[in-house]
Amino acid sequence: MDITEKGSRVTRSITKKDRFIEKRQGDICLKQDKKFYWKLFLETFQLSAFTFGGGYVIISLMKKKFVDKLHWIDEREILDFTAIAQSSPGAIAVNAAVLLGYRLSGIPGALVAILGTVLPPFLLLSVISVGYSAFIGNKVVKNVLQGMQAGVCAVIIDVVITMGRTILKEHHGIVPAILMAGSFIAAALFHVNPVYVIFFCGLVGCLSVKKETGKGDSSHDLS
Amino acid sequence: MIYLKLFWVFFQIGMFSFGGGYASLPLIQTQVVNRYSWLNMREFADIVTISQMTPGPISINSATFVGTRIAGIQGATAATFGCILPSTVIVLLISALYKKYRNLKYMQGILNGLHPAVVGLIASAGISMIVQALWNGAAISFQVNRIDFFAVALIALCVVILRKTKMDPVFVMLGAGVLGGIIYHFL
Repeated sequence: MDITEKGSRVTRSITKKDRFIEKRQGDICLKQDKKFYWKLFLETFQLSAFTFGGGYVIISLMKKKFVDKLHWIDEREILDFTAIAQSSPGAIAVNAAVLLGYRLSGIPGALVAILGTVLPPFLLLSVISVGYSAFIGNKVVKNVLQGMQAGVCAVIIDVVITMGRTILKEHHGIVPAILMAGSFIAAALFHVNPVYVIFFCGLVGCLSVKKETGKGDSSHDLS
Repeated sequence: MIYLKLFWVFFQIGMFSFGGGYASLPLIQTQVVNRYSWLNMREFADIVTISQMTPGPISINSATFVGTRIAGIQGATAATFGCILPSTVIVLLISALYKKYRNLKYMQGILNGLHPAVVGLIASAGISMIVQALWNGAAISFQVNRIDFFAVALIALCVVILRKTKMDPVFVMLGAGVLGGIIYHFL
């Protein structure tokens, strides 16, 4: 009992501290009002314009841009966002934009991020739908896209290396490594629906908390 | 009323496409091809090709494409809006919950379990992209002599640049596109 109480107290104090930090960050965002929203719009627009090949690409780009370059969010948050975006209905890119925008500056931020994410494919497709056969058949377009595909692969490789390292370093024990390898094998070789993979790993994570109740390890891990 | 219909059809598609990307294809096909005949099967195949070539989620691509063809730019707006509305509302709710409860011990446990899973899933998506790039989509036969060695070199070069310098990934991808446009022309 004693130990449990101690554990919950630790969590509570972290919550308070986190709220304080969040409030402070919110204030900073509000101060640079127009400039901030414009930047958020530009960045999401740019990312969306380069999201060839599905939702996970935008996650990789978001990580490079908003975590590594701008330091607006941290690496754990981008992993949380990915899990939530994947297990919610709709396109991963749009869901991730909502999460990012809301995290940075509430509902207005989310709306700006959605607009930035939806506009590039919207504009492009409304133009292409008129004369799309010429576009599909164009040799130059095909070559450039093939080159860009290599660039996309490189971005994903880079992000996976960085994130994989962080996970092996920061979470102790062999369970994270097994979950990571298992998820990869399930998705890549057996084409298991990612939603099931996420559900299962979340369950494992939840159960592992129950086992070590009171140690407060997990709360330190994420603080 | 065509706008309302477009909105409603893509609202359903946005609402029920879990798992993103190609998981939504059968849903789009049922509604757009089989039920309303807005596109025939050939056009539907074209939109999949276009989606692979252009940026953006396939559901938004097809919403814009179908909307424009049926009812011009207003149609595209109605369809796209319908497509993103359900997930926007749902994810906003989840965002608020996440902000409030992410420091709870069980929530952190769940998220701790999810982090490795997410990295594994991203790696898996990366592998299928690499396979597509190395065998130019003509894969299934993983023959060594059919590998696109220029793509191998380009990927390696980009990885080195990304890890050793702080160059913006967007510029790396653009550079790869320019190089590809030049080199593949002569291959």
